[in-house]
Amino acid sequence: MATSVIAGTTEVAGTSVSLRDVTRAFGSVRALDSMSLDIAPGELVALLGPSGCGKTTALRIVAGFEQADAGEVLVGGQDVSGIPAARRDMGMVFQSYSLFPNMSALDNVGFGLRMRKAAPATRRKRAAELLEMVGLADRAGQFPHQLSGGQQQRVALARALAIEPRVLLLDEPLSALDAKVRVQLREQIRTLQQRLGTTTLFVTHDQEEALSMADRVGVMRSGKLEQVAEPAELYSRPATAFVAEFVGTMNRIPGQLAADGTVTALEATVPVADAHDASPGTVDVLVRPEGLAVAAADGGNGIVTGRTFLGAVTRVSVLLSGDTEVRVDVSSTEAAAMAPGSAVRVTLPSAAPVLVAGRHTADEAPAPVA
Amino acid sequence: MAPISRAVIRPMMSQPPAGRRGPRRRGQLGIWRWVVLLLAGAYFILPLATAQRFAGLAAFSTVFTQPGFGAAIWLSAQLAIVTTVITLGLMVPTAIYVHLRMPRLKRLLEGITILPIVIPPIVLILGVLDVAPLWLKASQWLLSLEYVILAMPFAYRAIDAGLRALDLKTLTEAASSLGAGWVTTLWRVLLPNLGTALMSATILIVALVLGEFTMASLDLWVTFPVWIVQFDQLNAQMSVAASLFALYVTWVVLMAITLVGTRQARRFGRGEVSLFTVTANSTTVGES
Repeated sequence: MATSVIAGTTEVAGTSVSLRDVTRAFGSVRALDSMSLDIAPGELVALLGPSGCGKTTALRIVAGFEQADAGEVLVGGQDVSGIPAARRDMGMVFQSYSLFPNMSALDNVGFGLRMRKAAPATRRKRAAELLEMVGLADRAGQFPHQLSGGQQQRVALARALAIEPRVLLLDEPLSALDAKVRVQLREQIRTLQQRLGTTTLFVTHDQEEALSMADRVGVMRSGKLEQVAEPAELYSRPATAFVAEFVGTMNRIPGQLAADGTVTALEATVPVADAHDASPGTVDVLVRPEGLAVAAADGGNGIVTGRTFLGAVTRVSVLLSGDTEVRVDVSSTEAAAMAPGSAVRVTLPSAAPVLVAGRHTADEAPAPVA
Repeated sequence: MAPISRAVIRPMMSQPPAGRRGPRRRGQLGIWRWVVLLLAGAYFILPLATAQRFAGLAAFSTVFTQPGFGAAIWLSAQLAIVTTVITLGLMVPTAIYVHLRMPRLKRLLEGITILPIVIPPIVLILGVLDVAPLWLKASQWLLSLEYVILAMPFAYRAIDAGLRALDLKTLTEAASSLGAGWVTTLWRVLLPNLGTALMSATILIVALVLGEFTMASLDLWVTFPVWIVQFDQLNAQMSVAASLFALYVTWVVLMAITLVGTRQARRFGRGEVSLFTVTANSTTVGES
């Protein structure tokens, strides 16, 4: 039964992982620039960022597939830099399907135990337990090509967990799967990870994945960690403009920042929560779609360009005068009155403090995340 | 009859698949396929049939007892085995290493492995005989070493095709993260998944060694092809019977290898072992 697996695994769970000033360059490109990160025992930390931000390099350095140029990686307080990947005791699930095509699901899961010279009977028993844990007990005898993508990744997860790894490394394990399977599997991974208490580093470019699964999320950009925080904090108190826009949907509205710590935009003057790097003068006010209000109004300040029904709320896209496009969440009943082409008034509720960033420049800001 | 009428009917019955192949084109293709097959079939079978007729059936029963036949076959078989072992032993680790660690050298390696095709065997053998030490020249294994060079283009291409079909990097890293060292990864993960490629390479090497004449005769070893030519002067009928015998045996062996390989490959969800696939791969030599 699955319980014996859990009992066996909790003893080895709870290893801390620390990256200290890890730097890695590929030619002239700094993939990792003095990155430091502490992962507490049993914690799931997601590294989130656009492609090429260095998140995969960080994971591969922890795994032992890449060497850092400088800095160190500590696992359970010990520097592992000199230890080859094969002896680091880390379970890894890869982005592409990595099951050994010549072995059945059961033999794939048992491979790590075989390398550890486990007796064949023990190995088979434990592999079967793990397959049961990921819900694939009935597929034990099948070969990878007979399994769907989602099943293959579940077998890969079971295989990584079979060795009772000190650290579980997940390198975009869901990105090759279709949307529905992806949601199911991420819930399954998170449940298992919490039950087993395995310290986990998870790399993804999908913010929804990172925010829904991780205890903490590290947002990366150009080889540096911009912010490491719990999902809710990342969303509500982003440390930098990049994080603010990369995580969730963010509107940029032109405004005037005053020296007294208030900003004026959309004919409202509101307090500023964090001015980031902006100095008084013309700035961008950063507001989430739920932070704006919109109402149908003849002669308003914008025109509805589109609506996206999200269930209880509808996200309305509005083109403001001055060529600024914003997205505003309103209840779906209210949105019924805002057909594309109709005039509306977008306002900024004055009570809530807002974030402010330097004036948008096209080459610096990331593409808006819908 | 049947194939042609089917080709005519098919366009009307089946939905054209999306893409370039329209129904008309497909019908034409069907007819041409059979025309080409018939022509090629005639091209291959006519000489064989006439040879068979010339040799007669009686020669087949006595060919095995001809002087030198057994020794020549045995020498060729030994050379085929040793050449295969050396070639695969050299090419497999080299190809894997280059694919994994030095992908930029892939083109260079491809270029180097083509050289034996570009350089005529006669040039190769004269060069070898000029520089090889006497003790090696006196050994039949010098031939094997020469055949290793000759077989390189075919063996490399077959292995290369197999490696391209695998996600080599992910498989080796997965094995490594589970605690497997280099030898274990090669033995338990990579080689089993290269079965089809190794099979193709083996088939090509064996066929090459069993048919090579120039080098063997200049090295003064009576391999099977050399024996056939020598014996031809004594008894042409018997010599033709021996050639046909060799051809049939080779066919049976290749078919057996292909069948076994295909069965194995299907189990792992890989492609089929087919001589034609390998030929298709090696025709890209000129392009690469």
